[in-house]
Amino acid sequence: MVAEAQVWEALEEIPDPEIPVVSLVDLGVIRSVDVANGHVRIEFTPTFLGCPALEVMKRAMEEKVAGLGAEPEVEVISDDSWSTDRITPAGREKLRAAGFAPPAPREASAPKLVQLQANVFRCPYCGSTETRLENIFGPTPCRSLRYCDSCRQPFEQFKTI
Amino acid sequence: MNEQALLGLADDELVLGWRDSEWTGIAPLLEEDVAFSSIAQNEIGHARAVYELLAGPDGDADVLAFDRRPEEYRCAPLVELHLLEWAHTIARRWLYEVADEIRITALKQDSDTAVAGLAAKIDREEAYHRMHAEMWHDRLRDEPRFQAAVAELWPHALGVLPAELRGELVSRVGLGEVEATERGTHTDELAPMWEEMTMVRRSAPAGAQW
Repeated sequence: MVAEAQVWEALEEIPDPEIPVVSLVDLGVIRSVDVANGHVRIEFTPTFLGCPALEVMKRAMEEKVAGLGAEPEVEVISDDSWSTDRITPAGREKLRAAGFAPPAPREASAPKLVQLQANVFRCPYCGSTETRLENIFGPTPCRSLRYCDSCRQPFEQFKTI
Repeated sequence: MNEQALLGLADDELVLGWRDSEWTGIAPLLEEDVAFSSIAQNEIGHARAVYELLAGPDGDADVLAFDRRPEEYRCAPLVELHLLEWAHTIARRWLYEVADEIRITALKQDSDTAVAGLAAKIDREEAYHRMHAEMWHDRLRDEPRFQAAVAELWPHALGVLPAELRGELVSRVGLGEVEATERGTHTDELAPMWEEMTMVRRSAPAGAQW
């Protein structure tokens, strides 16, 4: 019989399809795992609804569970229970090490342009806060582009949502 | 929340996402190429989530998205317009985002928790679309060409919202109430877009293999 801990371990091995340095568990997108009689039910919260990798992630979870000899059921929960605050401390460190600035903590109200333009985002390469917003949008819905004025390195910033 | 209104929201996001994606590769700035492509992708993601909710667990969102005739879509005329001109494009993005925020804020209070939860999720993501629209609005608001585009699209913008929510749009945009270009009628520009949008689906009804 498959145990819940085994499922979490297996899910830990699934990389984010677009930022493969972090796993789905690091991202905090797996809200719950329920195991009963060889049936594994996973509640999964998408990062952005426009993320093209949703189907890929869902299939990867189903394959992992099937690989444990259990029957998978992945339910996509489209509410606001995921925020970038759910990314684990280990996940944030992996992002930083790979050149992505982790998201700022979410405040009570929605993020504002003036916050993104402020010098509070640290360059993941040199640690300077002399960085500026280049573009709110980046290669995927979850990322923005910034530029470090200290080491002259462009970098990607995980959006706070 | 009735199904027709949710279908209107999904159709708006699908069709505007399609229109915004028409700037991919040809926007006046590289940053805007990226911005419009990303916004378009996200709007289409919102459409998909609402279609999935409407289709139910055993339904198929693609049937709603692609298997209707153009006249069966519930989108507002504002999103149908083929606007490859920057002042009009930005005027539409800004007007749409202001109207959409009013609509989504109301939906977050819906008695159906699935609808309210999805609206809350969409609202979080739309914060970035609004920032983009506001940034351009701040930059262009005093330009006569932009003001003319806003005035021209204003009756269409009112048509995005049901009558009871229009008062707030009037006060936020600062233009007078005029006769709205209502949802339910379509511009001549929807049908050619629909031809293109549904081409793959119609040529491979059983599902295209990539």
